[in-house]
Amino acid sequence: MVTVVTERGVQQVPAESVADALWMAPAEVERLLGWTLKPEGLCRGSVCVPLHGSDAERYLRPNALDIAGLWRRMAKPLRRTADAQLWLFGEAAGERSAALESLEAPDFTLPDLAGEPHSLVEYRGRKVLLATWASW
Amino acid sequence: MWQTLYADLKDRGFVVVSIAMDARADAARPWIEAARPDYPVLIDRAHLVAELYNMVNVPQAVWIDEDGRIVRPTENAGAFEGFRAMDRATRKMPDEVAAKVAKAKSTYVAAVRDWVEKGPASVHVFDPAKARAQVPRMDDAIAAAHASFRFGQHLLQSGRAAEAQVFLDEARRLHPQSWNIWRQLAEPNETGLAAGPEFWARVDALGERHYYPPVDMQGMPSEAPPSRRG
Repeated sequence: MVTVVTERGVQQVPAESVADALWMAPAEVERLLGWTLKPEGLCRGSVCVPLHGSDAERYLRPNALDIAGLWRRMAKPLRRTADAQLWLFGEAAGERSAALESLEAPDFTLPDLAGEPHSLVEYRGRKVLLATWASW
Repeated sequence: MWQTLYADLKDRGFVVVSIAMDARADAARPWIEAARPDYPVLIDRAHLVAELYNMVNVPQAVWIDEDGRIVRPTENAGAFEGFRAMDRATRKMPDEVAAKVAKAKSTYVAAVRDWVEKGPASVHVFDPAKARAQVPRMDDAIAAAHASFRFGQHLLQSGRAAEAQVFLDEARRLHPQSWNIWRQLAEPNETGLAAGPEFWARVDALGERHYYPPVDMQGMPSEAPPSRRG
């Protein structure tokens, strides 16, 4: 098991880390990160990263893929601790910008002071002033 | 900060969703308990909203319509950098600068009211092309900085401070324009604010550049940054 930090939270995931590689079952990758292994490659929405020939040899095993290697190949931010037991899978600048330029407000879920989670999407149907502040 | 506005408009299909960019949840608590707003205040310990919306400072805001569409992207929420003209010993602002600070705030609040009243017909709502053009551009270094910051905060909050430091330092280095990252990581002064000598040195280093980028909004004071006094 490794621990993975994503935008949606922190999860324990069955996976095997070997040096810079992180071997994970395709079903876990899909559940955790929203990318699906298909005959045409690793896909999310209409985007597919082809996995043929030497790429297939490098990143694919029976019922596992090296999601860390593929994340690097997609030029997305990836962070891990020295012991490779804690990982963060981030998003690339181009995806962040494209999401904002679609003008569809990116959703998130965060707790209030009492620890109760709230998602932006709950306020659909009202005008929202999303406003930041800080104590510092 | 937005309580009066919210109280006036909450029955007209409007809500404020307030995000405290505070890695130390206990630091935000007294502020929230003192203000007791009845709109939601969420605690964003890893600055995820800054990452998703490419924010660099507080207060920044985004206007989102009933369908979840952005009609004004990330921008300074009516703040005016009057503090740069403050006397740093007395913390007093010249009257004419204080007037501009008040004007910036009232102009912004009036614009929100106009939007709630008129919807898409408000002059303050951008059409999609303009809204797209106003989205602040994220580059690879900024995306990497947010990943490092979020990872560093996770380590810090898991009690792994030494490991966290490397990632937090990297975040600060990769995204020097982010006051959110810099001030969150800076040592607070005696009043809990990241406004010690290092902060002022950074502000002075801006020179003629803005601390709060000007807002494209009718009636907003848009003069050059106020110069240092005292």
